[in-house]
Amino acid sequence: MSKVRVLVGTKKGAFILTSDGARKRWKVSGPHFAGWEIYHMKGSPVDPDRIYASQTSGWFGQIIQRSDDGGKTWNAPGSSAEEQKSPDGMPKGESNKFVYDTSPETGRPLTTHQWYDGTQHPWEFKRVWHLEPSLDDPDHIYAGVEDAALFESTDGGKSWYELAGLRGSDTGPKWQPGAGGMCLHTILLDPSNPKRISIAISAAGAFRTDDGGKTWKPINRGLHSQYIPDPTAEVGHCVHRMALHPSRPNTLFMQKHWDVMRTDDAGDSWKEVSGNLPTDFGFPIDVHAHEPETIYVVPIKSDSEHYPPSGRLRVYRSRTGGNEWQALTKGLPQRNCYVNVLRDAMSVDSLEPCGVYFGTIGGQVYASADAGDNWKPIVRDLPAVLSVEVQTLP
Amino acid sequence: MIRVVLPPHLRTLARVDGDLQLEVKTPVSQRSVLDALEVKYPMLRGTIRDHVTKLRRPMVRFFVCGEDLSHESPDAPLPDAIAKGTEPFLIIGAIAGG
Repeated sequence: MSKVRVLVGTKKGAFILTSDGARKRWKVSGPHFAGWEIYHMKGSPVDPDRIYASQTSGWFGQIIQRSDDGGKTWNAPGSSAEEQKSPDGMPKGESNKFVYDTSPETGRPLTTHQWYDGTQHPWEFKRVWHLEPSLDDPDHIYAGVEDAALFESTDGGKSWYELAGLRGSDTGPKWQPGAGGMCLHTILLDPSNPKRISIAISAAGAFRTDDGGKTWKPINRGLHSQYIPDPTAEVGHCVHRMALHPSRPNTLFMQKHWDVMRTDDAGDSWKEVSGNLPTDFGFPIDVHAHEPETIYVVPIKSDSEHYPPSGRLRVYRSRTGGNEWQALTKGLPQRNCYVNVLRDAMSVDSLEPCGVYFGTIGGQVYASADAGDNWKPIVRDLPAVLSVEVQTLP
Repeated sequence: MIRVVLPPHLRTLARVDGDLQLEVKTPVSQRSVLDALEVKYPMLRGTIRDHVTKLRRPMVRFFVCGEDLSHESPDAPLPDAIAKGTEPFLIIGAIAGG
């Protein structure tokens, strides 16, 4: 019988929730890395027991952790006794070394970006927001970081190098931090075209490469953002999250800082599909595992009031790829609920029917085993949830 | 032997309990203590001082014999009490935020 493993990153550690395919009884393991912020964990699609975790702290910086046994044990890649020595005898310990590439051969000069007050500010690495293992090699993984850049490792996370063409594109000086920082938080790999990657940055917008990361172009045509001087500017849009269904990689869905959007031409043009949502502000967006036109969002009242409208926690589902939305409320608190759901804190499993999962900053992780019709908390008193990823296991 | 006390986050990372004991080359300085620490616990590289610049991370402090020596030169000799191991070299996460 299939199993489900839910990887939960929180403000104070990681938790791993497991169940059989019925998704009724859950075992909770953790906290792993107690006291550390776990921004994101994700497993390799080709080796589900290979899981990567972004462990971070404002005091002590970035750590990359890796498990090769499904989360039972963890190690910083490259830190074993055999691996840790460089030829001069010093430890390498470089799995947490994220240095912007300024080399003449492959890199770009370290320029500036816009700061909150409109001045220019130098690029500074702060943390890894999102880890995206490649679709065909467990040792190959991408990392989206703050200040916004894309890094890649091809040795299982032991060493990282920047795909500098993105940060070095002409628009870099116009990028600016959102309230949470200038982060690259979404990495979408195209299963039909290994050279194509789409990413999103808050607050710069969406970008796409068609040559494996050497060159990038903004893909923000059709976005409209009242909070920037030119609402239809090429960059500067605060994209909160994007998602795709693997069977239709040219269709991307986007939850923006106001507006839910879709594109059917891989981002060359976007149209709004907010439709009848009670508010089109929010953070996560995800796609049903088996229905490419069924999508989920969690409407949040506004950019200044990060909680559900009217204190009612409602997931909205569209079975028409947007515009027509249905509130899903069964099992979710419908009074006095003022939690937020962060951008990386929603995921789906691939069982039948599709399971949908999300975590809140109040520490609840809710699950639906019937595509959103009914919900139950798996666990309800964790630290604030930063990310939720789901693995469907044989 | 030099005694080093790590903050709780780094004890978790290095998988150690209590004080650490390190053999440190003389003269004993912040740099030589941290070099020895990172040789024995390579997962701590980048967490106390920057990978590239080797500068102390902004919210890390070094307390020695009741004094904050964070802003001293990393090559300045540490007191004899540290070199003899009678007092520990304290690595502290600055008290800031929650």
